[in-house]
Amino acid sequence: MVRCFLIHTVCPVPALGPGESRVLYSRVFGPDESVLPGQQRQLSPEERRLLSAEKLAVVARQVRSAVSLCREASGRLLVEAVPGEEALALQEADGGVMRLRAGDPFSEETSALWLAVQSLAFVMVCEPHENLLLAEGTLRNLSRHCLEHLHMLAPGSEVLLKSNRIDVLLSRLLPHGQLLFLNHRFAQSLEKEVSAYMSK
Amino acid sequence: MYSHGSESLIKQAREIQESELQKFYSRLIKLLQGKELSHETIDCLQRLHLILSATKYTRILPAELQRSLLSLLSSSVEQSQVLSSAVLRETLPLSGQEVNCSQENTHAAALLLSQAGSREDLSSICSQLFHSLESRASEGPTHSLTHTLPVLNAILTHSSECLSEDHMTLLSKKLVDWLRYASIMQGGGASSGGFFTGSRSRQPVPIAELDGSVSGDFFTVLCVGQGFTEDQWMNVYSFSMLRHWLLTFHSVSNGATADNVNKLQLSLSLSHSLSTDDRSEVDGSVVSMVSATSSSSRLLPPKERLREKAFQYCQRLIEQSDRKAQKRTDTELQKACLVEAVCILDSVCVEDASLVFRAFPCIKALFGRLSSDLSFARVLLPIAQFYLNHGEMAAVDCDCVWKLVFARFPTELFNNPFLAHELLRFLRLNLENLQLRVPEYTRCFPNLLKFLAWDGPAVVDDFVDLLPSLVTTGTAVELLHTLLDLPCLSATLVLQLRSMSLPISESGGRSLPSLDAFRSPSFRGLFLFLLREESGSGETIERLSTLHELLTEAADWPRVVQCAQTVPVLLHIFFNTVIKVADKKLLAQLILVQLERSSLLLNIPKYIKEIHRVFSCHLLRLCKLHPSLVVDQSHELLEFAGATAHVYTKEEIYTHVVWVLGEYLSVSCDSRCSVTLITSCFEALEAVLFEITSSAPPPGAGCPAPRVITALMSALAKLASRSHDLIPRVSLFLSKLRNVSRDGSVVWCTDEDDLVAIVTLGEELWSLLKTPGVAQSVLTPPPHITTPQWHRDTNVAMPLQLRALTSLTHSQ
Repeated sequence: MVRCFLIHTVCPVPALGPGESRVLYSRVFGPDESVLPGQQRQLSPEERRLLSAEKLAVVARQVRSAVSLCREASGRLLVEAVPGEEALALQEADGGVMRLRAGDPFSEETSALWLAVQSLAFVMVCEPHENLLLAEGTLRNLSRHCLEHLHMLAPGSEVLLKSNRIDVLLSRLLPHGQLLFLNHRFAQSLEKEVSAYMSK
Repeated sequence: MYSHGSESLIKQAREIQESELQKFYSRLIKLLQGKELSHETIDCLQRLHLILSATKYTRILPAELQRSLLSLLSSSVEQSQVLSSAVLRETLPLSGQEVNCSQENTHAAALLLSQAGSREDLSSICSQLFHSLESRASEGPTHSLTHTLPVLNAILTHSSECLSEDHMTLLSKKLVDWLRYASIMQGGGASSGGFFTGSRSRQPVPIAELDGSVSGDFFTVLCVGQGFTEDQWMNVYSFSMLRHWLLTFHSVSNGATADNVNKLQLSLSLSHSLSTDDRSEVDGSVVSMVSATSSSSRLLPPKERLREKAFQYCQRLIEQSDRKAQKRTDTELQKACLVEAVCILDSVCVEDASLVFRAFPCIKALFGRLSSDLSFARVLLPIAQFYLNHGEMAAVDCDCVWKLVFARFPTELFNNPFLAHELLRFLRLNLENLQLRVPEYTRCFPNLLKFLAWDGPAVVDDFVDLLPSLVTTGTAVELLHTLLDLPCLSATLVLQLRSMSLPISESGGRSLPSLDAFRSPSFRGLFLFLLREESGSGETIERLSTLHELLTEAADWPRVVQCAQTVPVLLHIFFNTVIKVADKKLLAQLILVQLERSSLLLNIPKYIKEIHRVFSCHLLRLCKLHPSLVVDQSHELLEFAGATAHVYTKEEIYTHVVWVLGEYLSVSCDSRCSVTLITSCFEALEAVLFEITSSAPPPGAGCPAPRVITALMSALAKLASRSHDLIPRVSLFLSKLRNVSRDGSVVWCTDEDDLVAIVTLGEELWSLLKTPGVAQSVLTPPPHITTPQWHRDTNVAMPLQLRALTSLTHSQ
């Protein structure tokens, strides 16, 4: 199961410190992990939400640092893609996976898959026994749809103002964090539903 | 991509004033009272979501607004559902509001899940889900049931105790139905799925395989059609959660009973008879014979039946993956299905060992098919896991598998981040097993370290866990050398890749000197040694300095620098581990390596300093643990300490070497320590101290660090306290020092405070040495002073003293 899906910045943001990242979209799946049996104390809903937001911020920070190290090491120049060139932007995107130890920040070990497209990163945090091959494909697919449907290569703010589109996309392709084995026909059918929603 | 506009939107959302917010709420309440969801309402809802999610501190909505939003959840318009669910997830539920909204749509279910505050909440969601599964009402949109399985899967992850025995039985039965008995005809129509709507004259068409041919067996995720029926959709959802469900079973179901043992024997006999007859048909057949050869499983209880069906499903997937898919995305899906199928077979065989004999031929054939194709590397890892878990039982030779995993993959795929992650994870999870079953594991560290050399930051965490298992007495010295040369390996890998991509003919001064060196035959041997796959061919190379020279320009390549930054922490782990397993002989060797390599490192800024620091720390530790090592290695240590140049180039290590010499070169540490030895050590150190305090530092070097001077002085004093003939010589030097510094400044020390400190120490030592007996007990204290055991010694133990005092004062 996928624990969460994030979209955050990997470029310097003036209002924030150097390693910090602005989370533009976040979606946590399933019940909060503090509801797990065996947790020391029961948290109030407010505390749960706060804790959850801070955990996501930790993930974003770690991915940000991984992305900048990866880009530094590869030495490739970042090519700015314009709207219409989503496929190219994805092809040029840096991808990777990092291990998040138990406790840092989720109570159990997880793997964070990331895909960095220019100044933003798409992140999927998976449980350790997850099929990472499937997760990688799903992440690419989701990123492509986000780039296209929210015109993310343009300087607009649709990712903030039209987040319900991402919610619907996730509800079809990653329902409640469940990765799906979709061949092209099943995928087509779901994507048609998504497009129908987006066009309204 | 991320603009000022977005940044200012977020800022506005976070800093919105309370009054403005309340006005916004009222406006929204009014808008929501309207019948239809207008564009304005949608816009406002979206803005509300932004306001709520922009800050980690929760805002509470007015009750009326919350109620309107809750009612939107059950709207038939999906946009209403989505927006209301998104907004409500970002705020707190109304106090006293029970978890009473049903899960009629996926977005409402999402809200329920996120608001679940306790196991009771989750249990009640579970009960609702199973209720809807049981009733299977076909009213409502086609996908109304499809979110059930994902929601269930999400709950399972967190608390599998929410499911009762009945629930598990019910779901197992349903899963069997959906996985094995889904319709094999194509569904009519595209978007609505469901049953044949429209022209009844259309003949039902059977499903097809990914290569276009007509499917000859039951429906799986690798089957296609123009449209899909509901149970075919459920087939997809079922398979997607199958592995997790089976793993949950394993943790929930209790230990084996006599019942289970009987069943085991029954299925063993069945599978044996089948496997001898039909194996040839299962291997390499085009038309699927999986279902034809399966045992009659109607006898089995639900869990076991599901296991059997899962087994068949996976076998079919493996066979289907051999077909050439027409679309590229389907080829990727085939790979993912292979991984999943092998994993499921593995966990099923772990639960029911009798299935191993049925599964192995299939897995073996798959391995044979894929092992030569590196693009299937990630599929081969689960296969390796299968071999590791069941290879012994099936008495199968696993050597070819390990050759692939330990030799070929790191050599050729070190730059694939996903493979690196998965392979290292495989190692971490199976460490004990691997150390038992795969003896060559500990010899493969040169190869495994290629992952680290290529992408240090991404995998250093894994190596923190793996490195201790790679430290053995046989390989420790070579491992130490390899770790120290990781930056060189990093540079070599970069050159290797560059060499493959750039044509050889391209020259004319534009190519890198290091690349030329890499390609030149006279230096080939150096690089080949670094790129070796196994240890045992030598500890290190003789022409290390040549290698470092050739790679000078690599010292500022980002990849090399990142790798260098991981080395210190790994060295710490290495030393911490090796201390536990090494004997004195090995430790002595390691000390020598440290001394030797302190000058033989790739010249990356800060790298050399860091390594020296690590060396110093562990040199100290080793000598403290085994003080006799100092006497053992006195010759090499003295050689090191007697070279004045080291004061300037290796200040950190030098200081520590001098310190250990002063501290541990004594009879109380090792009875072989003779007066001659002490005297020769004294003379060597004395010479250095004279030299650095009598003239200016050599050109290019700064003044010697004050710490070096004080260390030398203390060491000399300690040695003198053990051989009193030397005392006059030290005292002479110390008084000279006092006189010289009385003139003010000296050429070998620029800082006044440092000079004062040095002179003060000199005076203390000088006065201490005036009474040799006292000097000896202060500077060479007997062991029982340095390692007090007062809390253990019954004569001076604190409790005893207290008891004595108490009994004295309370003498009544």
